[in-house]
Amino acid sequence: MIKISIRGLGFIMPGLRDWPAAGRVLAGLEAYASGALDPPVPDALPSAERRRASLPVRLAIAAAQQAVAQATLDPAELASVFVSADGDAETLHHICETLASAHPEISPTRFHNSVHNAASGYWTIAIHSRAPASMVTGTDEVFGAGLLEAAVQASIEARSVLLVAYDVPMPPPLFALHPVAASGSVALALAPDASARDLARLRIEVARAAPAASTRMAEGELEALRLANPAGRALPLLATIARRESRDIVLRMNPETALHVEVDAAL
Amino acid sequence: MLYSQRIPNRSVVQPLFINAYTAVTAIGAGRDATHAALISMRSGLVPNHFDPSVDAFIGHVAGLEIVSVPAHLRAFDCRNNRLAWLGLQQDGFLADVARAVTRHGADRIAVITGTSTSGVLTTEMAYRQRDPATGALPSGLRYAETHNFSALTEFVRRALSLTGPSLTVSTACSSSAKVFATASRWIDAGVCDAVVAAGVDSLCGTTLHGFHSLQLVSRTPCRPFDATRDGLSLGEGAGFALLERAAAPRGSRVALLGYGESADAHHMSAPHPDGLGAQFAMTAALERSGLTGSDIDYVNAHGTATRNNDMVEAHAIGRIVAPGTPVTSVKGFVGHTLGASGIIGAVTSLLAIERGFIPGTVNTTAVDPACEAKIQLGTVERPVRAVLANSLGFGGNNASLLFGVRE
Repeated sequence: MIKISIRGLGFIMPGLRDWPAAGRVLAGLEAYASGALDPPVPDALPSAERRRASLPVRLAIAAAQQAVAQATLDPAELASVFVSADGDAETLHHICETLASAHPEISPTRFHNSVHNAASGYWTIAIHSRAPASMVTGTDEVFGAGLLEAAVQASIEARSVLLVAYDVPMPPPLFALHPVAASGSVALALAPDASARDLARLRIEVARAAPAASTRMAEGELEALRLANPAGRALPLLATIARRESRDIVLRMNPETALHVEVDAAL
Repeated sequence: MLYSQRIPNRSVVQPLFINAYTAVTAIGAGRDATHAALISMRSGLVPNHFDPSVDAFIGHVAGLEIVSVPAHLRAFDCRNNRLAWLGLQQDGFLADVARAVTRHGADRIAVITGTSTSGVLTTEMAYRQRDPATGALPSGLRYAETHNFSALTEFVRRALSLTGPSLTVSTACSSSAKVFATASRWIDAGVCDAVVAAGVDSLCGTTLHGFHSLQLVSRTPCRPFDATRDGLSLGEGAGFALLERAAAPRGSRVALLGYGESADAHHMSAPHPDGLGAQFAMTAALERSGLTGSDIDYVNAHGTATRNNDMVEAHAIGRIVAPGTPVTSVKGFVGHTLGASGIIGAVTSLLAIERGFIPGTVNTTAVDPACEAKIQLGTVERPVRAVLANSLGFGGNNASLLFGVRE
């Protein structure tokens, strides 16, 4: 059993620009009104890079900043686990197009932005952190894998860990291969101990028997949002926190394994 | 600047026994072939026939064109997963994992892999066959099974019939070093009883042309730490290790004693000029092992043969280990295998401990005096009890692993 606390949250999805806005909708205080995603302009990035950075980088860093600010933690002290299924597919698309052309010369910047840990690298540079930084990848269930990785690191190394999940729809023709319906990011600042500032405390276990399906959202439009982006798989956990409830949820990790998460947000 | 100087968790970790391990690279398939090439200083680098538009030498694994993945995993067929399958069949690794299943159960063994490009080559080739009218990719391209980074993890998990938790790490060139850190934490936390750690990366256009665009690819076989080094040679490889808390009945006594991870917080594709990130990773690995720099018999360096990496890394190593401690890089043998280089460094370090030798730095003839460490050129047979192995990647992502003997 892995025990950790959540100290801060970040959230960006279409129509929801931060955690307070998302929390009101997830708590049932406001109806969800989907809309265009406002690409964030994270002030952690140097001013020259804020608008030049790719959408996945901006989404990841803006959500990370929200979570760290709410947690009142020094961002440079946090280990980080970034999570994305498809990463920066716009860059991948340009590289594949270039390689298929008569002049396969890739731009150096495009190449270093193509590494899957690009957003993680930009984050550590932006906040001057030499703490461990990891990048977890997978398909639609990647948030569960990232949560386990971050929670275990927080618990075993007795340190705070920042978990940041983000994805954006791939451009055509890649889009058809893995259709992500909406851009979005979710960030959780995790701490290894309990504190009066906790938003929730989690007890996490890997299910041994054949796993149940992931917990769903009861509301149709929120269930659609859960499925619209791999980071959306965090919604049942986040809704439990927004409602200040205690509840057990299931999060799939791979076709054979799921996490059982006991969420205590009635603090 | 708010640089974090704190080394997390000073407590010593429990060693994890490496009860099976193997690798496939340009110098051969399996431990015996790898050992033979290292002992005889035989480089596997050849002129780039894979993509002759880049003037380079490569560490190419021959015969992948005729490797067949198991019939029930045909959907996963791609160069990267063929390389993985070739690796899994070496040194009795499949049988060793099957024995671990009888000890722990298939659901208590995790699969943790690292890769930087997985099967992106499949997608690169598909872009040459797009529908001229619609731009659509050819039908039958299987993204989840061949291109996505977790394609490797799912392939390995299914090939070994394991049903435990799984994870894919993609932090460029430190990917498959960081899998050992996760393995240590997951076993400590009771998430699983054993871990199959893996790293597989195969040649593709993205990395060949990408490193070429950064002017980091040598036209000659790479010469790590040489005064005249002028870049890396790319390679491909697969490595696997089975980690458990207890030594297997027939297993050797080599173990993971510590790990360290850090970020440079400096630049996406250039190392920190003082190697502070690399130094942090090595220091953390030592602290977790309970050893000090003077206990290290050999450093298996990242040593890519780029101007920057080797000087910065040697400088950082020189601040960690005792003067005169031999430092070598195997990149001249196998090339830079990117996401696999962490586990290839691990496998060559474990071989060094088990068989009593320090692999040389092949192709290098005159060590750069600016590299402040004792770079050893030839392979030397001598007892080795503790090895520090470095992996330093893009995004300034670093990992250092400490391997040794435990009774």
